[in-house]
Amino acid sequence: MFEEVGTTTEGDLIINLGPQHPATHGVLHLVITLNGEIIKKVEPHLGYIHRSIEKMTESLSYRQFIYVTSRMDYLSAHINNHACALCVEKALQLEVPQRAQYIRVIMDELTRIASHELWWGAMAMDLGAFTPFFHAFREREKINEIMEETCGARLTMNYMVPGGVMVDLHPDFQKKVKAFIQQYKAKIHEYDELVTGNIIFQNRMKGIGYLSAQDAVSYGCTGPVARGSGVASDIRKIAPYDVYDKVEFDEVLQTEGDSFARYMIRIQEMHQSIKIIEQLIDVIPDGNFQAKTKAVIKLPKGEFYQRVETARGELGVYIVSEGAAQPYRIKYRSPGFSNLSALDHMVRGHKIGDLIAAMGTLDLVIPDIDR
Amino acid sequence: MFSLEGITNFIHEWLNSHLPATFALLVEFVLVGVAAIGLFAFLGLVLVWMERKVAAVMQLRLGPNRLGPKGIFQTSADTLKLIMKEALTPDNADKLLFNLAPFVVIIVAMLILAPISFAKNFQIWDINIGVLYVTAISSLSVIGVLMAGWSSGNKYSLLGAMLSGAQIVSYELSAGLSILTIIVLTGSLKISDIVASQENGWWIFKGHIPAIIAFVIFIIASTAETNRAPFDLAEAESELTAGFHTEYGGMKFALFFLAEYINIFIVCAIGATLFLGGWMPFHIGHWVAFNHIMDYIPSSFWFFGKTGFLIFLIMWFRWTFPRLRVDQLLNLEWKYLLPISMFNLLLMSVMAIMGWYF
Amino acid sequence: MTKEELKIQILTILPTVSFEETGEWLQVLVAAEDWKLFAQQLHASAELQFDYLFCLTCVDWKTHLTMVYHLTSTTYRHNIVIKIKLDSINPFIETVSDIWRTAEFHEREVFEMFGVNFLHHPDLRKLILPDDWIGYPLRKNYEDPINMIKL
Repeated sequence: MFEEVGTTTEGDLIINLGPQHPATHGVLHLVITLNGEIIKKVEPHLGYIHRSIEKMTESLSYRQFIYVTSRMDYLSAHINNHACALCVEKALQLEVPQRAQYIRVIMDELTRIASHELWWGAMAMDLGAFTPFFHAFREREKINEIMEETCGARLTMNYMVPGGVMVDLHPDFQKKVKAFIQQYKAKIHEYDELVTGNIIFQNRMKGIGYLSAQDAVSYGCTGPVARGSGVASDIRKIAPYDVYDKVEFDEVLQTEGDSFARYMIRIQEMHQSIKIIEQLIDVIPDGNFQAKTKAVIKLPKGEFYQRVETARGELGVYIVSEGAAQPYRIKYRSPGFSNLSALDHMVRGHKIGDLIAAMGTLDLVIPDIDR
Repeated sequence: MFSLEGITNFIHEWLNSHLPATFALLVEFVLVGVAAIGLFAFLGLVLVWMERKVAAVMQLRLGPNRLGPKGIFQTSADTLKLIMKEALTPDNADKLLFNLAPFVVIIVAMLILAPISFAKNFQIWDINIGVLYVTAISSLSVIGVLMAGWSSGNKYSLLGAMLSGAQIVSYELSAGLSILTIIVLTGSLKISDIVASQENGWWIFKGHIPAIIAFVIFIIASTAETNRAPFDLAEAESELTAGFHTEYGGMKFALFFLAEYINIFIVCAIGATLFLGGWMPFHIGHWVAFNHIMDYIPSSFWFFGKTGFLIFLIMWFRWTFPRLRVDQLLNLEWKYLLPISMFNLLLMSVMAIMGWYF
Repeated sequence: MTKEELKIQILTILPTVSFEETGEWLQVLVAAEDWKLFAQQLHASAELQFDYLFCLTCVDWKTHLTMVYHLTSTTYRHNIVIKIKLDSINPFIETVSDIWRTAEFHEREVFEMFGVNFLHHPDLRKLILPDDWIGYPLRKNYEDPINMIKL
């Protein structure tokens, strides 16, 4: 697994980037073959945080397995939970109360903003600018507070359950979300002033890590990575779930396919998420927040697949049921795994600094890749 | 009036009246050495604390605030921790060079301190080629960096050192040319002459636009020469983990760290001396009364104030900008800064010949 | 395209396939030896254009293994599920990583987790597990006395 450290016979330099490296944001291990300072090959070695969630889930009930998914892509915990809940509901053909659907979509979008905020800070840090990280956390903290109040947790919320949400909203929820939107709108211009417009930043990002639309589809890239190459891949538009068909928002597309395009996609996605929340926050209907389900959920025999759009791209939950209280086999199609596979193709011929920049725009979360 | 000149003169006279001249000189050597090392330690502690506070202000947080008032003793505690740590030498390292490198870097930084004029008539060595001495010695620090990078036996260190070498050698050109722009006006390399020539106004005001261009280039080039962000490729944290000092720990790392801050102080002191008048108070032409009022502020205050301002500027850069890529860094130097500063030098020479400056 | 239309199109490509009616999307059962050619035609066909493999996995049915490929078209947005039965003792199948590049990583994962041998795969090594790992963890008969894999 670990290549011999040293130069190869052709005079190439092999460098182990990670598993402990400031820019891999976790335990990703990349073996880079360098010729001088030009990258010839990037080879990911995974598994440092592999917990075999798929195997574990085979012995968990349909109520329990949702909690494990919060630990996959921990920055989109809500959306992972949502995917699982939707898949179970689809199998049971369960009608989810309107109130729960509204709450879920608002929570999803808040999660998406929080995730993109963290990405924005970490991305700037990868490029050597430390300050944006703290600016991003200023807004992210507000979202975490909102989450904590309603869900009782800041990171692994476990708020979605089959049939709705676990508890009703905190009475202050709407007020706090509106206050957050106010703050966000007042401060968002700082993001562009600090980073987006910076000439050094633009030079580092433009034309780096080019991914053509065809390659993006072939590598199975989704989310902002695919949309940066001009591939419409937003599951919220393709196969709307819950109340996404009732809200109005744009699927942001850029055709450049470079790191800067992917950066701009995420910045604009935050605006779109705010737009969605604004449309929903005042019209959350009254009623139940959870549909009635049996104490022990048993899915009918069959196979069920649910796609959702997380902050990183398309998450697929594939449940094979034999009619028991536990899934026979479960597969999580994680967005990071496919996005990572395009990295080698993107950075060949670039320098190490470009690899870091391109990797930053992939927005990798390692537990999501390893699962 | 509080004056550093008075203190040194008093010590000098007291020693000479009690000891033979040779012994007095020897004692003075020792005193100067102790004072220089003391200044080193003091600058290191204060500048690191200042950097952390500046960073905190930029990043909407408090910074060190537990140890002493406003966390002023935090850096002392950190230094104590670093001294206690075991000084490891990796197996793959070239032991001699690995252990020598931090000392090369710190000694080079120490040497440049000699000609700097801290206050009126308060200077270790007023050498007649002062500015040349500074530029010549400061190019030696790259040797220490290359030694550290090569001897560590680590590929990240090697890459960092190579980038650093290319960077320091390139940016010395611009720094040197922008210094020359002022030398054209003063006609002397001696620090005391340069300061004295700014008695009726600082060069950045007297020298019109070329002096301002030279100042800007000097600040950019000296940021690059000290390996500070946005030119910190040698130790690019997110790319090369820590660049040339990846393998260093404990006090050996602290010496690199200290040398970085001393170097910042020195380039800012040189910048302040050349462009902002060194210890010279803010004087405007023939406004005798105004100039007289300004003279009441001690010269050391002026010097440290100006240097501190420039240091703040360089810290501000670090906490604002993302890092450049290596080819962009070299492009900036060879395609933009170098031609501009050459043209600027030519322009300044014409101005000096024609007398188009105040 | 509806399920019925898809059926007609697919039957023109490969008449020997059979269909399974359950589930949200059309499920196509293919024999392992037909798979490579069939996949190429699914990808190349102007009417189908299945250019996006969004999920590739395997299910252990104790008696046999089933490869499951979820395909969609970014142009027409129709989905199908391909299922291929494999022998559980010596499972092998042609790789599709030259058609859909994303399959390269997914096939490596299936290789180490289920032991399916992908013929002509460019780089068939363990991706997640250490190189000296013995056994195929996602198979139903896998037991691990040290690590907790069951609750």
